[in-house]
Amino acid sequence: MSLKSKSISSKSSLNKDERLKKISPLRVLLNRPELGALGGSILVFIFFGIVAGDTGMFSAYGMLNFLDVSANLGIIAIAAAMLMIGGEFDLSIGSMIGFAGICIAIPAIYWGWPLWMSIVFAFAMAVLVGYFNGIMVVKTGLPSFIVTLAMLFILRGLTLAITRLITGRTQVPGLRVLIEDDPLAWLFATDTFKWLFTWLGSLKLIELRTDGTPLATGIPPSVIWFIALTLFATWILMKTRYGNWIFASGGDKVGATNVGVPVGRVKISLFIGTAVASTIFACIQVLDAGSADTMRGTLKELEAIAAAVVGGCLLTGGYGSAIGAAFGAIIFGTVSMGIFYTDVDTDWFKVFLGAMMLIAVVFNNYIRKKVTESK
Amino acid sequence: MSDYLVQFNNISKFFGKVIALKDVTMRLKKGEIMCLLGDNGAGKSTLIKTLAGVHKPDEGEIIFEDNKIIFDSPKDALDIGIGTVYQDLALVPLMSVTRNFFMGREPQKGIPFLKTFDVEKANQIAADRMGQIGIDVRDPSQAVGTMSGGERQCLAISRAIYFGAKVLVLDEPTSALGVHQASMVLKYIVKAASEGLAVILITHNVHHAYPVGNSFTVLNRGKSMGTFQKKDISREKLLSMMAGGEELDKLEVELQEMDRIHNKN
Repeated sequence: MSLKSKSISSKSSLNKDERLKKISPLRVLLNRPELGALGGSILVFIFFGIVAGDTGMFSAYGMLNFLDVSANLGIIAIAAAMLMIGGEFDLSIGSMIGFAGICIAIPAIYWGWPLWMSIVFAFAMAVLVGYFNGIMVVKTGLPSFIVTLAMLFILRGLTLAITRLITGRTQVPGLRVLIEDDPLAWLFATDTFKWLFTWLGSLKLIELRTDGTPLATGIPPSVIWFIALTLFATWILMKTRYGNWIFASGGDKVGATNVGVPVGRVKISLFIGTAVASTIFACIQVLDAGSADTMRGTLKELEAIAAAVVGGCLLTGGYGSAIGAAFGAIIFGTVSMGIFYTDVDTDWFKVFLGAMMLIAVVFNNYIRKKVTESK
Repeated sequence: MSDYLVQFNNISKFFGKVIALKDVTMRLKKGEIMCLLGDNGAGKSTLIKTLAGVHKPDEGEIIFEDNKIIFDSPKDALDIGIGTVYQDLALVPLMSVTRNFFMGREPQKGIPFLKTFDVEKANQIAADRMGQIGIDVRDPSQAVGTMSGGERQCLAISRAIYFGAKVLVLDEPTSALGVHQASMVLKYIVKAASEGLAVILITHNVHHAYPVGNSFTVLNRGKSMGTFQKKDISREKLLSMMAGGEELDKLEVELQEMDRIHNKN
């Protein structure tokens, strides 16, 4: 210890004077980025519990329904949140979903590739698109908003043009028969815990079809992916060196570079992350529907960003959490499905979405001021 | 073996036709605080960046512990032990004290490919280090944004020392601070020097520099006006040298002249 504390003469007085303000437990809690979204989720559940408690929204089938929608959004929202913490945006998420869809469908249906190979191909394309987005932003120093907005148009256009060129249509059906016995597709197309639902059904605890099988057959793959990705992203952000680099890159690019954080590499990897998450989303949806649609994923990038913002991510980067984004997605998923169970016209969903986001941004802004406020 | 820990001999740096630095020489012993004084545009920033390895000097040599050194990157400078604390401190206000302290150099534990950031160890080291300089960080996971300017400066210096700096280059560490905060930072700088570090303190504030410095190098228009030991020079003399003394003298004469005319009327 070279710096053994040699007491400074006025140390004690200095101490009292310079001492950090006492922080109440409430403030500590408020400083967590996911608090708002967690509170929001609880409010939403209470609201629908009162308004739609007896409509079947909270039956096993109803719950799996809104969890499925939340989970799908959550998969891309988590990746979007990590990128936002890293200080960048990706507006090409929605287009990437459509693009990944046809990357799976066209080779599998028209070129006779095995399904697993088309899925691997789609992920390879995702890595390429993400890398391109990242390298463009890092090398040119242009705002990612512009670069990925360009990519939004390019990818959507490519998706349409290529699909029409090869198939003459804008949809590619016929995938469902290929799923069976495929060594990879089950990852994105298998309901899990079926035995649990069969068992619950046999006890008449959940709703049954007329043939005696349960209405809800199992946990959809989206939910498993959603939970796994939330845990994985949280582990990365909180518990790894790379996670610290993400916060640092988004918080202060110059400062991070000065102390040796490879900011460029971090950002490129995060762009690859959003493109890959879009492809996971596409795999699940395409295999579930059995067809790829060129318009799939439209506007999903904005929903993902909205969920991330509601989840406490700052638009300026450097702050946020994956759990927050996950709760943000749950709020949106729950409301978009729950609104069907109420008397409210579904047109109001978008109003809610916008209002929720505004409240979240104002709240986040306040929190940021509190956190960065100097004595 | 010379007495000096580090020597910058006849450093010159040109940008095209512009002579940013010409024949600047600075030699530091262990435990010495050298104050580099200069007005705006005197070439302080260029000199700092040359010391930190950002710029390569066009002429002159850097000798560290009797070895001639050539820096290819800021990392080379860091590796041999020249730690630079820039004015912006390279701290992220939204991140915690610990995460800032170890930013880019996080301690890890666990098995390869699944290594995790050892947060407990990092928290403890950060709190310890801050405690040694009399800053009680009760919760090292709290955001740096809640600290005062002086505390942030101390954190940045403490970080540079922890990661092996033998020569500290401090860029205007007190410029944005009030008197109280500045004195806290200056105390810490003196303490660091007393433990064997060589400190180059860059500032334009003679009042902050004079009490703590052992020697003073004055930079004016890219040239060194010489290095002076404290006993050889007064505060006023330094001040007038910095501002290019003649200019101030001229101003004084002009003011007296104006005064005289005014009184006449």
